[in-house]
Amino acid sequence: MARRDNPEINAGSMADIAFLLLIFFLVTTTMDVDQGISRKLPEKQDPNVEPPNIKEKNIFDVLVNRNNEILVQNEYVEIGDIRQMAKDFIDNGGGVDAEGNPCDWCNGAKDPESSDHPKKAVVSIESNRGTSYSTFISVQNELVAAYNELRDEYAKKKFGVLFNELSADRQKKIKDDIYPQIISERPPVKN
Amino acid sequence: MSKFKKKKKGMPGISTASLPDIVFMLLFFFMVTTVMRETDLKIKKPVLPKADQVKKLERKSLVSYIYVGKGKDGGTGDKIQLNDKISTPKNIQSFVLAERATHSEAEIPFLTTSIKADKNAFVGTISDIKEELREVNALKINYSTLPGSALDNLKN
Repeated sequence: MARRDNPEINAGSMADIAFLLLIFFLVTTTMDVDQGISRKLPEKQDPNVEPPNIKEKNIFDVLVNRNNEILVQNEYVEIGDIRQMAKDFIDNGGGVDAEGNPCDWCNGAKDPESSDHPKKAVVSIESNRGTSYSTFISVQNELVAAYNELRDEYAKKKFGVLFNELSADRQKKIKDDIYPQIISERPPVKN
Repeated sequence: MSKFKKKKKGMPGISTASLPDIVFMLLFFFMVTTVMRETDLKIKKPVLPKADQVKKLERKSLVSYIYVGKGKDGGTGDKIQLNDKISTPKNIQSFVLAERATHSEAEIPFLTTSIKADKNAFVGTISDIKEELREVNALKINYSTLPGSALDNLKN
């Protein structure tokens, strides 16, 4: 009796086809997670409005020149020093805020020559048009890091957890009333 | 001959029958996670600076991108790319307005502009972009960065 073959579709090349598609998607896929430093630009000001008067001691001046050298409070510093200097400045708490309340959570030196209150402390970044973007981002990163560390320390002391683990309204309270992030970017100077 | 044949009891070959299944599994994974690049870069791919104090951008549909980098022809000076063509800061306003037109009224306050700039770009270019964004009240921006220590940026 002749054996009748039951013809089957050859699935041997299935793997090849799937590999081909797989390689196509592997090549076209972009796995870039978008992340970065978020900033809110100031609203456009009416040119007639007087700029607010801020005391010199409440301004933390960061200046980056076109050779990517950094000057903080008129002192030449390395990028790695900015974070601690900014923390010391913001957390100084030498005076009272706009409502006359002292900063009772500040751990700073209470130096009367430095900032009065975290709510009054302004960090100002001045750059040059020729400054490289990477330096600018590094400086921004260090200043944001200073705020983040202070918020973390506060959250740790008060609630026993890190800032990111707090509930949304507690985070908001810290952001608004304890350590508000006041970073001002001045328009860069030419040459 | 049969003498020798008897000796043969070697290892059975590894079955490759499940290979297609494995490959298909990978294939589906990549098919689902893939995001096709929307725009072709007309400038050299920007090498983003590194930073560690970052926020993730959620809801990619609300993000519009501005690329800043060197031109492909190797010229000096920064080039700005909006959508598919190299542009000047003057066109940013219309770019933002066009971007807004594609979103509903309620989403407009959440629109973010992500600036993907090369680490060797100049702050002046970035500042021009920011000025234009302020003009049209597109205030939420994000400086796109790679994960890493910011202190590495200053090397080389």
